[in-house]
Amino acid sequence: MTTDALQRTPLYERHVAAGARVVPFAGWEMPVSYAGIREEHMAVRERVGVFDVSHMGEVETSGPDAERFLQRILSNDVTKIADSGAQYSVLCREDGGILDDLFTYKLAENRYLTVTNASNHEKDLAWFREQSQGFDVEVGDRLHDWAMLAVQGPDARALVARLADGELPKRFRTAELTVAGAPGVLVCGTGYTGEDGVELLVPPDHAVAVWDALLEGGADPIGLGARDTLRLEVCFHLYGNDMDESRNAIEAGLGWCCKEDTGFIGADAVSDARAAGTPEVLVPFALTGKGIARQGNELTGGGVVTSGTLLPCLGIGIGMAYVPRERSEPGTPIEIDVRGKTRPAELRTKPLYEKGT
Amino acid sequence: MADASYPDDLKYHAEHDWARIDGDSATLGITWYAQDSLGEIVFFDPPAVGATVTKDESYAEVESVKAVSDVIAPLSGEVVEVNAGLSDAPEQVNEDPYGEGWLVKIRMSDPSEAEQLMDADAYREQLG
Repeated sequence: MTTDALQRTPLYERHVAAGARVVPFAGWEMPVSYAGIREEHMAVRERVGVFDVSHMGEVETSGPDAERFLQRILSNDVTKIADSGAQYSVLCREDGGILDDLFTYKLAENRYLTVTNASNHEKDLAWFREQSQGFDVEVGDRLHDWAMLAVQGPDARALVARLADGELPKRFRTAELTVAGAPGVLVCGTGYTGEDGVELLVPPDHAVAVWDALLEGGADPIGLGARDTLRLEVCFHLYGNDMDESRNAIEAGLGWCCKEDTGFIGADAVSDARAAGTPEVLVPFALTGKGIARQGNELTGGGVVTSGTLLPCLGIGIGMAYVPRERSEPGTPIEIDVRGKTRPAELRTKPLYEKGT
Repeated sequence: MADASYPDDLKYHAEHDWARIDGDSATLGITWYAQDSLGEIVFFDPPAVGATVTKDESYAEVESVKAVSDVIAPLSGEVVEVNAGLSDAPEQVNEDPYGEGWLVKIRMSDPSEAEQLMDADAYREQLG
């Protein structure tokens, strides 16, 4: 990653004015925290927070073959997406390696919007275009046509509902609404925190108005630091940490979003991995003593940590790791080499955090 | 978090550590700049009492939610006390880096090393 030519979201000035710690992330200048990661984490768990995730990319696929084309490249069954629905899937290479994980929203019959990870957007776009040969589809780069705000927490829906001109979509559904006076906002019943809430795809010119209205309505601004602790607590995968092109969906625990009978690119490899079992599988863990395991820390006897942090509320080190399949049962004790110190930990079940615990 | 400050009675190391020298003993910690760069400190892994620390070398680790950082010794000596309070309240390093957030006390093995450290003005100048 280079530090020159970093991109800024429409909310950059707002982040600076709010005193955010701004860092380079996947080619963007993004806020990592405002009030502090712990405080922001708790704001989302207990009230409502808003995240600027405008660095995430969007690809629009339209045309007579749009559904048939997406069925070919996305791992899930695209024909099962309801009108105004949303679906999670992975994008696979022929050998099953994961190119990205994605949410796809059905905007209309044969018109879809797919949200990409910032670090993968150009790669995904190139892959979409390359694979679209022979399909009657148009693949459009919509990165600069949408700002994206995630509003998450137990009070998130009530807050957005007060600002919107219509009924909010249910979970995994979308609705085009006017929000805080901004027309054409795609409100999506999705998120990355384990809390109820919505994600808002906002025309960039209106991003500041929507952001300001959300803060005035009581949302705390939340940075990427708390986004990471929140998602890890509920064991949501982060591309580049928990999976990449060297891992397939089965070992990453994403077999649930792979429907091999659709014949998607990589389906044969996924099918083989599902049948044979993979040497390693991704599992959550918690340290039983002090310390914090980090990405790249190795496990005694094989395996590697892919994500690790300290639970902001409980002060417990948690994370996810690839471990040998034969030693992947919840409750299995493990040892993690944390920069030369052996730290005891235990495999857990997903999620590491549940409401009310 | 308090505003930036670099007390005049301390000595400073270029790796953003401070030392409060008292006879042949010294109390060590990290500077306001260091804690601000790291963000919220969530874990301090201290050396053992009796361990030897060597000037310019790492003697402990502090971790924020996002990152781990080595703590560099501004002086050489033997650890005589570690700040036990940080095990329950590591955020003291952020809140009071020169007071409750101290890290270790050492008995210096070569007090003349202190002459190589910066005073507050020189350290402020290094920060720019």
